[in-house]
Amino acid sequence: MQEGMVKRASELLADGTVVRVLGWKNGEFVYDPTPAVFESVEALSDFVYNDFCASNLSKYLVALSKKEGKTLVFLKPCDSYSFNQLLTEHRVDREKVYIIGISCDGKVDESKLRAQGAEGVTGIATDGDTITVSTLYGDVQLKKADVIAERCVTCKSKKVVAYDEMMGENGEENPDCGRFDQVAALEAMTPDERFAFWRNELSKCIRCNACRNICPACTCEQCVFDNPKSGISQKAAADSFEENMFHIIRAFHVAGRCTDCGECSRVCPQHIPLHLLNRKFIKEMNECYGEYQAGAEAGSRAPLVNFTQEDCEPSIVYTKEASK
Amino acid sequence: MQVNNEFKPKIVAFCCNWCSYAGADLAGTNRANYPADVKIIRVPCSCRVNPIFILRAFQRGADGVILCGCHPGDCHYTTGNYYARRRMTMLFSMLNYLGIEKERTRVEWVSAAEGAKFAETMNEFTETILKLGENKRLEDLRCKKEW
Repeated sequence: MQEGMVKRASELLADGTVVRVLGWKNGEFVYDPTPAVFESVEALSDFVYNDFCASNLSKYLVALSKKEGKTLVFLKPCDSYSFNQLLTEHRVDREKVYIIGISCDGKVDESKLRAQGAEGVTGIATDGDTITVSTLYGDVQLKKADVIAERCVTCKSKKVVAYDEMMGENGEENPDCGRFDQVAALEAMTPDERFAFWRNELSKCIRCNACRNICPACTCEQCVFDNPKSGISQKAAADSFEENMFHIIRAFHVAGRCTDCGECSRVCPQHIPLHLLNRKFIKEMNECYGEYQAGAEAGSRAPLVNFTQEDCEPSIVYTKEASK
Repeated sequence: MQVNNEFKPKIVAFCCNWCSYAGADLAGTNRANYPADVKIIRVPCSCRVNPIFILRAFQRGADGVILCGCHPGDCHYTTGNYYARRRMTMLFSMLNYLGIEKERTRVEWVSAAEGAKFAETMNEFTETILKLGENKRLEDLRCKKEW
């Protein structure tokens, strides 16, 4: 796949269709590739694409589409939903982006590799369902299904929804992915158990803001939490209230716009399952206001900026649980 | 000196200028009783209430927060309360999801003619909060005064 991508990118750079390529290059560790911009055919020798390239490139287009000339970008299915959402919000300029859609069958989670005994990773090669991980201590063969990230296990869609050309076969949506199972399990708990669960998780937060910075829906030029008067300082939380406040408000601000790409949970250095907050909103909105997938089509109206006269009353929150 | 340890709830009521605030006024002119624990904050429309306002109220020591607005369909700005309705539904379900007592938050539609309903709602809500006791799950210790 990587050779094909580099070849096509070189062609498009050479014939002047695009002036830069947004892709991935190796980071400090092989298992941590970082998004990178390539401006010449020669630079593309650093281009990397493998099963570790999980990061969502769509957010970088907000800045890149303000520059002169067209940008070539490779978007996985998840990323294309985010791209559509950004397009809906007029944050990117479609004319300045050339999208090559790439199929994806799940990205590898490095911590799962480690749990399987593959430490000191130096490379990865995929062949269908098997993955060959080369490590400092020799090669390890693993089943791909065992090591893909949690968010890919419950993948909602393998369909690239915005592209100029496709590389590989475009996939299908998967409505029965079971991505709300964990949310439902939490809902089934008692309030005390839920409170204990979230206190345990949120108290780990160090307020590094990684979730906010990576989130393709968080594209405000100035964030509400940048305001020194927001009551939530830009530093580690001093009180449990701050942790709650930050995460509730962050989830609320992306409610209806979150495409559920799962980047927040991926980058969290404390492994807080932040996607469970976003998924709660998605699930709740699906139940109350009808099925809606942010980013499935550009220009759609999110539930929270819409209404009907027959909407349920907020008191549904009190009765809903009782009926379960 | 005698210290009174009786729990006095602090309740914040966001009232929309056009209906509920006038409703509260009517409750007053009608001499309807409702607890002095309810502190009214006037907002131009129920949809002026940002979710942060509600959390901020809890941070600053509120034990319950209630939002009152015009009945759906009667909004002075035509559609404001429809948006507020969706937002609050989502916010409350999130608070409930985090294990914070859902009874501490409420939305009630009170028109300018419903002074009696306003008083009744506030009595009922204060009763609920009295039963729940102090807000412990969404408190900010730095905002607690030590006496």
